[in-house]
Amino acid sequence: MVLKFLTRTRHAQRFGWTDALSYAYLVIGLFTLFAPVLWLLMSSFKTEAAIGEFPPTFLPYTQRTVHIDNYPQPLPLFNVTTEQGVVKPMAQVSRIGIMATMVDPAKPQETLQVNIQQRQPVRELSFATRNYTELFDKFAFGKYLFNSVFITVVATVLTLLFNSMAAFALSKYKFTGQKTVFLLIIATLMIPPTIVLVPIFLVINSVGLLNSLWGVILPAVATPTGVFLLRQYMLTIPDELLEAARMDHASEWRIYWRIVLPLSAPALAVLAIFSVMWRWNDFLLPLIVLSKSEFFTLQLALNSFQGELNTQWHYLLAMTVITLLPITLVFAFLQRYITTGIASAGVK
Amino acid sequence: MRFLAFFFNLFEPLFRLSQKWLGQSRLAWLFVAPNLLVFGVFTFLPIVINVLYATSAGVALMPSERPYSGLENFEILFECRDYFDFQSCRKDVFWRAIGNTLKFSTIQVTLMVFFSLLTALVLNRKIIGRGFWRGVFFYPVLLSPVVVALIWKWLLQSQGVFNAVLISANQAPIDWLTDRHWAFFWTLFVSIWAHMGFYTLILLAGLQAIPKDVYEAALMDKASPWRTLTHITLPLLMPNLIVVLVLAMIRAVQVFDEVFVLTGGGPGSATTFIVQFIYQTGFAEQIHLYGLAAAASLALAVGLIMLTLLQLKLTRAKDAGQKVR
Repeated sequence: MVLKFLTRTRHAQRFGWTDALSYAYLVIGLFTLFAPVLWLLMSSFKTEAAIGEFPPTFLPYTQRTVHIDNYPQPLPLFNVTTEQGVVKPMAQVSRIGIMATMVDPAKPQETLQVNIQQRQPVRELSFATRNYTELFDKFAFGKYLFNSVFITVVATVLTLLFNSMAAFALSKYKFTGQKTVFLLIIATLMIPPTIVLVPIFLVINSVGLLNSLWGVILPAVATPTGVFLLRQYMLTIPDELLEAARMDHASEWRIYWRIVLPLSAPALAVLAIFSVMWRWNDFLLPLIVLSKSEFFTLQLALNSFQGELNTQWHYLLAMTVITLLPITLVFAFLQRYITTGIASAGVK
Repeated sequence: MRFLAFFFNLFEPLFRLSQKWLGQSRLAWLFVAPNLLVFGVFTFLPIVINVLYATSAGVALMPSERPYSGLENFEILFECRDYFDFQSCRKDVFWRAIGNTLKFSTIQVTLMVFFSLLTALVLNRKIIGRGFWRGVFFYPVLLSPVVVALIWKWLLQSQGVFNAVLISANQAPIDWLTDRHWAFFWTLFVSIWAHMGFYTLILLAGLQAIPKDVYEAALMDKASPWRTLTHITLPLLMPNLIVVLVLAMIRAVQVFDEVFVLTGGGPGSATTFIVQFIYQTGFAEQIHLYGLAAAASLALAVGLIMLTLLQLKLTRAKDAGQKVR
């Protein structure tokens, strides 16, 4: 009875084979898209030793260690199967070849030779948060984080300001050359930075912004997408509101920021989300502009660490998780805005 | 809030004065000025300078110090003794990069359109938790290319989970990223993995815009699901499909970030694509050959313009076709 209630569908249609296939497809998709991210997340909590283990485990296990009198270092713990078939936990003091010198934690004075075939490491689940905390001591990670946050915040604020000003002029005024300006701005959609890489480098160098965070911020603050999005939205704001304000002798600038900007808040929010995504994930422009490591963004730092000969994966994985975290949080809370924004504007 | 008011009030005198001088309608120029300035300096000016670089030689960065060399850079790029053999070209890496890019974009775009269409069709059905599933498929789109590449690099490394699975099935481990065929496969897979959600969303929006009564009519006529798909859904979705096709093509031709981090273009030049060639020639190698890089990017620009024109033509033809009907 309960089962029948739970499984009945709204339209009382039968659960056909196409539905089964659909859900199978969705579950496979869920696995393919999320399992890699989950695996990365779990791996980032592994100790350096556990990272090097093969075959790898999904959850971060470490070998349990015990502290025994007479020995200054904590010793790794094993389950030793004795000749009598009894299993008891013992700690390893040293190991030569296949023979290990073990000590029983209960009787710290006696040591015992054990063949390594006869023992199994005692493992426990433990999350190595040190991978995260040590990032800030061992690398200039705080600096990279700051650079990324600074670029993202400043660029987003400037993008919103500049684009909304242009959109205001293009939607609320009639002036000679209006069409040309609009077409010019839309035309820049066709010119991705990949095809003007060398001259952009020259321009940034000539204005003295090479190896400066502003060299990454400024070239991208005028986005055609943003102007287009905001203009379309501002067109829906009734002109009577502006006329009424003009009657009261409000200046044009005041009309822009006291009336039009607050009314465009939804469109500004969508653009802000996009801008944060673009700037936080930006790679090619920072790659050519910022070559000194003290100006690296998180993306550049990740790229440079992964390229090193002996990659320290335990740090690299933790760094990757921190880099994907803000975007994941933004997505978790603002999913609806992002997906509808993209679906309506067809932009990314 | 008070800070915002203070900030905006700072500009009040400037705009009041300009309003007095210019009049209301010409004030618009002041509003578009910051945008146009940035576009001018960082987009339009670079296009002009790009031509200067492409037609000059040497290693100097300042265009004034570079000797004019005509079309020499293009000759270096495109000259081959035998056009059926990459080895005989003066810049065989460039030709290899073009070949790789063409192969990559053809396969990637085909698979991308297929899978995003399939996903959009599934998401458009009456399923429980549609918002959740839509989010699932969209999530990787937001990840940065570097993060995407590192996620997969970690799984594909020689001691990674893929090889662990192989070994537990008594198979020999595979060098996923240093075998040329496998490396190419994974660049394809990872780029589809990362970007499919974006195109799915566009197609889903298109599917949801199809009026419901068309389907009801088809149901009345007892049309089979397959016929409904091929005779109603796909034709009505065609404008969105074209947008997806061309957008995906334009993006695929410019593939760089993920592949650069994932394989570095290797092994050899098996996964070196055109943008990476530009980056390496202009910035990464010991001698920065700006002229050659600029010439290669002009060649890329021509390709992109042709793709854009194709899109315009296809959408126009589609519109015309619909008007006739």
